[in-house]
Amino acid sequence: MSDVLLSVEGLTRRFDVSKPFLNRVFEREERQFLTAAADVDFEIRKGETFALVGESGSGKSTIAKMIVGLLEPSEGEIRFDGKVMDFASGAAMRALRRRFQMIFQDPFASLNPRWRVGDIIAEPIRTFGLMRGAAIGREVGRLLDLVGLSASDAEKFPHEFSGGQRQRIAIARALSSRPEFIVCDEPTSALDVSVQAQILNLMRDLQDEFGLTYLLISHDLSVVRHMSNRIGVLYLGRLVEVAEAKKLFLDPQHPYTRMLLDAVPDLALSGRRRVPVEGEIPNPINPPPGCAFHPRCPHVMDVCRRTIPDPRETDSGTAACHLLTGQPVKAAV
Amino acid sequence: MATPLLSVRDLVVEFPTRRGTLRALDHVSFDIAEGEVLGMVGESGAGKSLTGAAIIGLLEPPGRIAGGEIWLRGERIDNLPPEKMRRVRGRRIGMVFQDPLTSLNPLYTVAQQLIETIRTHVDVSEKEARKRAVGLLDRVGIPAAARRIDDYPHHFSGGMRQRVVIALALAAEPELVIADEPTTALDVSVQAQIIDVLKEICAERGASVMLITHDMGVIAETADRVAVLYAGRMAEIGPVRDVIQAAEHPYTVGLMGSIPTLTQTADRLTQIPGAMPRLNAIPQGCAFNPRCKEVFNRCLVERPELIARGGKRHVACWLYEPMKEAFDV
Repeated sequence: MSDVLLSVEGLTRRFDVSKPFLNRVFEREERQFLTAAADVDFEIRKGETFALVGESGSGKSTIAKMIVGLLEPSEGEIRFDGKVMDFASGAAMRALRRRFQMIFQDPFASLNPRWRVGDIIAEPIRTFGLMRGAAIGREVGRLLDLVGLSASDAEKFPHEFSGGQRQRIAIARALSSRPEFIVCDEPTSALDVSVQAQILNLMRDLQDEFGLTYLLISHDLSVVRHMSNRIGVLYLGRLVEVAEAKKLFLDPQHPYTRMLLDAVPDLALSGRRRVPVEGEIPNPINPPPGCAFHPRCPHVMDVCRRTIPDPRETDSGTAACHLLTGQPVKAAV
Repeated sequence: MATPLLSVRDLVVEFPTRRGTLRALDHVSFDIAEGEVLGMVGESGAGKSLTGAAIIGLLEPPGRIAGGEIWLRGERIDNLPPEKMRRVRGRRIGMVFQDPLTSLNPLYTVAQQLIETIRTHVDVSEKEARKRAVGLLDRVGIPAAARRIDDYPHHFSGGMRQRVVIALALAAEPELVIADEPTTALDVSVQAQIIDVLKEICAERGASVMLITHDMGVIAETADRVAVLYAGRMAEIGPVRDVIQAAEHPYTVGLMGSIPTLTQTADRLTQIPGAMPRLNAIPQGCAFNPRCKEVFNRCLVERPELIARGGKRHVACWLYEPMKEAFDV
């Protein structure tokens, strides 16, 4: 397909969490690895918002960091606009980096407190040499205007702003290199709901105006439902289901997705009795064999304890569960 | 009606600073009935946690109660000497805080902490206290409680730790439990479990709950009544169903509209322009007036009191002033 902006194939990242060498010798322990992301495949089309949801430890942020090139994958490849990202080549990465940007969770940590807002926003412009001289100041003013602040705010320091305003500054900085693709890692989890609504609306407006593509990472299913076109659900580093947003919420295919949807507190006061969720996410260092979700799954079968399910096609996307009978996505090897 | 379990009247909390006194809670009044769950919502800085801290007498200095009264079952507790207050805290009012790791002592086993709490407040033997502690852990859903009780807090996962904290809060069978963001640090799937445990066990023991959270969803599923705070003042208080489905105060209306839900289809969220004022810049009149869509002259000069709206609901907004008085102005 030609309109795919980013595709990820077999993306895997392992972290070495072994004890130091001598401890291993004396305590007779093996090296230990934590697999934060395992064999993740997905595509993001131009102009859409793709969301990754999952609980803490499910690998959301690890995947985001690999996509923006802050972490090197252990296996697998990332294609951006048809080209494979080459982590070894500095020049190739730099050329790509202008085209994607990132918005982080905590606007108190992501802005340098000693820099004026104008310099923070101008930095990507200067780094990539997009403009010179007075044009930079005008551009900064325009960007501040765009995110709902005023051009005179460029002279201020980040501490003079509230959380919501700082997140606006972070968005202005992300837009300053004129990217096509923005990775938003929990952009509103540090904000209050009324401010969250402002930021989410702003992100949507900007998307419409500039045709941006978003990868939205969040643990908040309502935010994800509101913002995205397609959703990927992660569990212990594996993608268990990918589906169109509307269908995912109406008809979740994977038992984990169903459980997650059930657990969201209900504002509609429908009085539905939620199915109590059993257990918690297991330790990712020694994940359960077979399907990682099987110890908590209400439909667990024998096969789930032995083999990892392959993703299969569903009405609205793909899901990896032994219960499903759709066509396997990958040809059997 | 019987006397409420907890009654807070015109509570004022102030922070004296070099640049003048900041009023963080401004004449807040509410009751909690026997066995009731009262939700307390608001944005950060609205004074939710401060209200909880003032009730249990744990305000961080220099913060102090500058006015008002707090009554627990007909007994005034806001002016008790520290020694007496200590006996109320824990024994009659239990607490659950946001971060379970900071409310447990990492150097003591769960058994030691539970037994100490039980024996401080109830006159029982070590053996009896241990038996009670195991029973409590079992009740809050910790598997193999008799064995796990001798573990240290770091042996437990986040959700399990919060269960231990709930057990600790309920150890002395308090009449009131103040839960301050009990699920904010937890994942959604665990959050639901914890809320269920808290709700069930309090209902079982007839304890009232004051549930402080910014998560309207949690309130909707748990609370009987909800109080909405804005800039240290009560904006609206009433039965959960009324407030959530037909909010009256323009702030509550905006707040409800700004929450994305799993069922809505709207393309844009309603947003409230601006942000909550800082404590040193609370506008004259109604604190919400700069952000309010329905603002009129009276809002700019005169602060609205809570106005009874029938059916246990009260709203602090001039829009709801009874007609005859509106003509007098």
